[in-house]
Amino acid sequence: MNITEIIIVSLIKIVFVLGITLLTVAYLVYFERKIAAWAQNRIGPNRVGWQGILQPFADVFKLLLKEDIVPEKANRIVHAIAPMIALFVAFTTYAVIPIGPNVNIFGYDISLVVADVNMGVLYVLALTSLGVYAITFAGWSSGSKYSLLGGIRSSAQMISYEISMGFSIGGVLLLAESLRPIDIVNSQAGLWNAIIQPIGFITFVVSAFAETNRLPFDLPEAEPELVGGFHTEYSSMKFAGFFLAEYANMIIASAMIVTLYLGGWHLPFEQSLGLSGSWLTVFQITSFFVKMGAMLFFFIWVRWSIPRFRYDQLMNLGWKVMFPLSLINIIWVAVIIMITN
Amino acid sequence: MNIYDLIFYLFAALTLISAFFVVTNKNIVHSAFYLLFTFFGVAGIYVLLGADFVAIVQLIVYVGGILILLLFGVMLTNKITNVEIKTGTINIFSATIGVGLFAGVLLAAVLYAPWKVTLLQEPVSTTGILGNLLMNEYVLVFELLGIILLIALIGAASIARR
Repeated sequence: MNITEIIIVSLIKIVFVLGITLLTVAYLVYFERKIAAWAQNRIGPNRVGWQGILQPFADVFKLLLKEDIVPEKANRIVHAIAPMIALFVAFTTYAVIPIGPNVNIFGYDISLVVADVNMGVLYVLALTSLGVYAITFAGWSSGSKYSLLGGIRSSAQMISYEISMGFSIGGVLLLAESLRPIDIVNSQAGLWNAIIQPIGFITFVVSAFAETNRLPFDLPEAEPELVGGFHTEYSSMKFAGFFLAEYANMIIASAMIVTLYLGGWHLPFEQSLGLSGSWLTVFQITSFFVKMGAMLFFFIWVRWSIPRFRYDQLMNLGWKVMFPLSLINIIWVAVIIMITN
Repeated sequence: MNIYDLIFYLFAALTLISAFFVVTNKNIVHSAFYLLFTFFGVAGIYVLLGADFVAIVQLIVYVGGILILLLFGVMLTNKITNVEIKTGTINIFSATIGVGLFAGVLLAAVLYAPWKVTLLQEPVSTTGILGNLLMNEYVLVFELLGIILLIALIGAASIARR
């Protein structure tokens, strides 16, 4: 492939990934409300379109048409930049997540990932650590004490759980001997990482919940104490930016869990199905999306089942339980590698 | 001047200009914000030099860790107590001598170091090489650095308990 072809192919991939993500985010919000309704024995949105299927579009129009209010004491520039950082981080992370094996289209060998970076996993970690800035900036620039407290809580929480997240990934990297997401997925062709290192899987999933600020760790926006948390003073599309970023982060977290622990596009028995080349690829891509959907459902399911932690409980869990567990997991994986070699 | 040089000067300018604002800005919160761009510029230059691992770690450690902690300290003390912390200038004479000496050392390093000015044709991933060097050749230095960090950690904890 020459340089123009590479650019064209990359652009197509970017448009494809962005389109899928935006649509998934829109319908994730819809399903969140529907599942919440089922969990609480209600009906949920059912007015706009059949079974409320057009509800996401109505929500977006409502947010677009609302007045954008910036508090008088706010730092206007930082106040406007914060939601942009949140969205930037949420959408650039998708670049390194592979959704399937290489495919052959029109004679070109195309990998199903926007950017095949050999540091992919670290790239995701670096970007999620940038996500803290969106919340810190939002909290500080709003000029409101609720926002500031929410922002500070949230960044403390994200920094604490980033550590156990990083250490859980250590176990995966030891097994795959690579930082490239595609290599990591291929290293799980036989056995998933979730089965080899269950402790690491659990610490990673819990940390992912904390990193995405989802219940039971949604302390930054605990309504009874902090009103809306860091986005109390945001309205209209700026609020929608944070809202979008939150759900986009949820999708990334699910995709990362699937890539790192649930075998990416691999299923344990896929070779015995006797599918030929392209059908196997289609099957594998479908299995990736099914796993991701299951993880997303799990995220929503947990939100409506488990009550919120208290702040000191959250910090104790992060530093005194999750962090030591992720260290144990690294030792466990190292021992496994020593025995099998 | 090719595109490589252009990108280098872009990142260099970003680093230097934002660093200038970090030093001169009177509002310490704004200084911390500008420091973000300085770190970004440095990370970009690392990428250009083919040091992919160092660049990413620069982002994770400095941008994602150290600067956030710095912002915390500044925000917590600045906004809640309603006392504006300002940066100022004191002890100009001794500071000039100290900075002058350090600048001399840096200048000597810049002038005499054997710099690689061209990028390798095929940039290779440095992660594996770095890991091997740290775990084999430089393992003693690596462990010593770890012990120093541990001592700093214990020291900070014991001061905080007082």
